[in-house]
Amino acid sequence: MEKYDAIVIGAGHNGLTNAAYLAKSGLKVLVLEKNDYIGGAAVSRELHDGWTYSNCSYVCSLLRPEIYRDLNLQKHGLQVIAYGGSVTFMEDGNIFGGYSDHDVQRREIGRFSKKDADAYVRFGRDVSKQCRFIKPLLLRTPPDPTSFRPKDLDELLYLFKRLYGLGEQTIYETIRFYTMSAAEYLAEYFESDIVKAAMSGSGIIGTALGPYSPGTAYVLLHHYMGEVDGSIGSWGFARGGMGSVSKALAGALQEYDGKIITDAEVTQIQVKNGKTTGVVLANGDEYHAKNVVSNLDARRTYQDLFDPQDLSEKLLKQVDNFKFNGSSGKLNIALDGLPEFPAMGKDNPLIYADMHFIDSLERIERAYDDWKNGRWSQDPYVDMLIPTMTDPTMAPPGKHYMSVFVQYAPPKLATGEWTDKDREGFGKTVIDQIGEYSPNFKDLIVHAEIRTPQDIENEVGLTEGNIFQGELTMDQMFFNRPFPGYAQFRGPVKGFYMCGSSTHPGGGVMAAPGANAAREILYDLKRKNIVPEAENDD
Amino acid sequence: MLRQDHYKTSVYKTPFHERTSELNILNEWTRWKDYTVSTSYFRTDLEYFAVRNTTGVIDYTPMVKQKITGPDAAEFVNRFFTRDMNKIAVGRVGYVVWCDEAGQVLDDGTVFHVRENEYWLLCVERQLDNLGNSAVGFDVKIEEITDEVACLGVQGPTSCSILKAIGFDAIEHLKPFDIKHYDFQGQEVMVSRTGFSGDLGYEVCMPNDVALNLWDELFDKGEIYGIKPFGLDALDLVRIEAGLLVPGQDFMVAEEAIRPGSTRSPFELGLSWLVDLSKPVFNGREALLEEKKRGSRYTFVKLNINGNKPAEGAYLYNQSGKKIGNVTSAMFSPSAKANIAFATLHDPWKKGKDKIIAEIYYQKDLEWNKVMEEATIVTKPFFDPDRKRTTPAELY
Ligand SMILES: Cc1cc2nc3c(=O)[nH]c(=O)nc-3n(C[C@H](O)[C@H](O)[C@H](O)COP(=O)(O)OP(=O)(O)OC[C@H]3O[C@@H](n4cnc5c(N)ncnc54)[C@H](O)[C@@H]3O)c2cc1C
Repeated sequence: MEKYDAIVIGAGHNGLTNAAYLAKSGLKVLVLEKNDYIGGAAVSRELHDGWTYSNCSYVCSLLRPEIYRDLNLQKHGLQVIAYGGSVTFMEDGNIFGGYSDHDVQRREIGRFSKKDADAYVRFGRDVSKQCRFIKPLLLRTPPDPTSFRPKDLDELLYLFKRLYGLGEQTIYETIRFYTMSAAEYLAEYFESDIVKAAMSGSGIIGTALGPYSPGTAYVLLHHYMGEVDGSIGSWGFARGGMGSVSKALAGALQEYDGKIITDAEVTQIQVKNGKTTGVVLANGDEYHAKNVVSNLDARRTYQDLFDPQDLSEKLLKQVDNFKFNGSSGKLNIALDGLPEFPAMGKDNPLIYADMHFIDSLERIERAYDDWKNGRWSQDPYVDMLIPTMTDPTMAPPGKHYMSVFVQYAPPKLATGEWTDKDREGFGKTVIDQIGEYSPNFKDLIVHAEIRTPQDIENEVGLTEGNIFQGELTMDQMFFNRPFPGYAQFRGPVKGFYMCGSSTHPGGGVMAAPGANAAREILYDLKRKNIVPEAENDD
Repeated sequence: MLRQDHYKTSVYKTPFHERTSELNILNEWTRWKDYTVSTSYFRTDLEYFAVRNTTGVIDYTPMVKQKITGPDAAEFVNRFFTRDMNKIAVGRVGYVVWCDEAGQVLDDGTVFHVRENEYWLLCVERQLDNLGNSAVGFDVKIEEITDEVACLGVQGPTSCSILKAIGFDAIEHLKPFDIKHYDFQGQEVMVSRTGFSGDLGYEVCMPNDVALNLWDELFDKGEIYGIKPFGLDALDLVRIEAGLLVPGQDFMVAEEAIRPGSTRSPFELGLSWLVDLSKPVFNGREALLEEKKRGSRYTFVKLNINGNKPAEGAYLYNQSGKKIGNVTSAMFSPSAKANIAFATLHDPWKKGKDKIIAEIYYQKDLEWNKVMEEATIVTKPFFDPDRKRTTPAELY
């Protein structure tokens, strides 16, 4: 049996990033993936002949440019193409556009409130201030605030320096910010309901919270701090779908002689005398290594792969208490042509953009109420895009692929587990909502993949289908992610590490958790750090 | 409400575009907020000399214009701006700055006390949010009128003669910062003896529908007085000579500043004369009082720099090689034949003790060279002719 220096469980983009850095450092690395394809939630699959779907994640901006560059992902085929804008269709037939041009955007807001149009500058500034604070932290290990180790003290000092570097006023604002709701935060700038509704969307994507729930102001930022080529807040498509990110990372890993085995579900992490020794697969195969890294979320890792006897009661409790609250579904639709949206007018460039069909905070909150009641939203918040407007590789010429992210859908229905009929009903609700704004849409559908949180859990392994591998609320962030005491990518047994989105800085196709974990592993192995730090933004 | 397809015209043409585009034989344009305007029409230096020698006309329609009306207008502006607004009588214009709560400058501009209970604020950045937030409890109406009012700067020694020739009677009696309304083809136009050139000059605000006619009249009657259009490049030259700051170039507007320390208080811009701390309430007062006690972080200065290499973007050092500031605007002044600049200075610069040495990079035959040149502080505008102030104004 071959021996490895490190085994990474799961070929999600973070597992691949982690493995690539370990391999680049000269370690012998093996990645084991349960599915017969790699990528986890960053994946492209052809489920209907001629169409490629970004089955889960669909837009790219959080991916750390430092890692992109350092692992030479361009050479391994990755291209991220920027696109611009967003549009919200309103019940009264109007639309609210999000244009990339600053002045056009101001005038668009001004159609609903002139004062809000001017306040947009202040809003942009304040969000940018928060981004400036947090961005360098993404590629760092959170300090343990209770530890007196020099490494932690240095890191705490760094953190305080950053915080004080914000300036007095912003320190207050930052602390308020992390506990506010998106609605409250937006109300400090805007008066128009449509403006607030359109801007609150990114505050609820992926999270089982409503726009009025405390904590959603941060989620808004989490989606805002991405960038394409230094343009903060803008999003792009990975050419060929999000699977291209994973493919490029796998390419980097293989360049450094790392190995990936698919169809290899790990069922157990072996522990001997408080140290990991390797893993066991579902088919009984064993692989040995002194270092085992899990790309799975915190609950899967500890509940499914560890023998509870190897874990403390306290940790088991923490695992139990870690919040997932899956809340998102997804439709991937193959279209025979381009749907028309009459409200938008002909040739509107917003056909390239994110589309939404819910026009008030009130309606979004009602959609959330359905989630609480164990139903999928009857009037959902969708984030809909037609990637083939930009990417020529995903459907035959003239045909289109539509990606529809749906908020909210509960992991379990009030009536019990999701059935095929429920899935169909969920899909119909979404298709009907889009159909209301696009008369020819339904006739164009040639295939649809409908994914409930339960499907996402079953296929990708994201517990309850939570897209971030655990909610991004203050109690589960930074030195509390996943749990206090285990926020530095290490676990309770020697040689065991976590590298998925359950760790700092959380979910999204960022590659930051994987890279951060690699840095800590190399530190323990007394090897030179090769993981890049965030580029200075000042 | 604007039409939904407004995005199809991302950038507007000003009401003068038909004429400016004919005259812009270089086809050099730039975007100024919502509008496209000429950077240069035929030759920047000749446009500059038109302003200094005869008359230059600039289309500054894109300047943001806000109208404040209502019974509480006077009290409101006194609360919003840092200076004592009671001193700006009806029919007068005043230069103003205003601050956020931290005493940092949001923008600068000019306030026109157009009539009893009516003020216009002309500035660079839009202020409806700031004005609106300050207006709570005041009986005022605040509107933006940028797109409804066309504006021309008519600047230079012969400008008074030209305006008189198009029928603006007794215009020579306007004192600097005076406003007068005239009838032009049945429409009211507002003329003020103001401008950005530091020379004799006027600004004319008019309803859009008389814009082309007024332009034609000006150029028709102005021909014998040497009238020429001038673009933003020439404007930049005359305004530096006149010692006038541009927000977004010479200081960061607080509304957009992300990094602490990147904004400036009025004191730090050499604008203490615009701050009246004896007023009981105005935005930023507490912070400015505090700054008075504690001292300021920055000093704004006008510099006369040795040599002839413009010091654009130059770092400034003292005699011990410590960085003490940087240049925000710079040019070689054709009128003063001097190498002039605006700069912001900071610690460890000591007034009266430290030298100021500019590190200037310049290119000759594509080669980059560097010189270190000493600079002296200048307190007066670099160009300040008497005719700017003389009333009645010079007629030709
Ligand atoms: C529907 C949806 C839409 C999203 N949209 C976006 C978006 O547009 N932009 C964005 O930035 N982010 C988006 N996200 C979030 C983002 O995709 C995820 O947070 C991120 O991809 C998670 O990556 P990861 O590597 O941490 O974990 P995962 O992708 O969850 O990877 C875990 C891997 O482990 C494998 N695995 C599980 N169990 C085992 C086992 N026992 N043995 C072996 N292998 C195992 C899984 O198959 C998987 O490959 C979305 C997520 C979802 C679900």
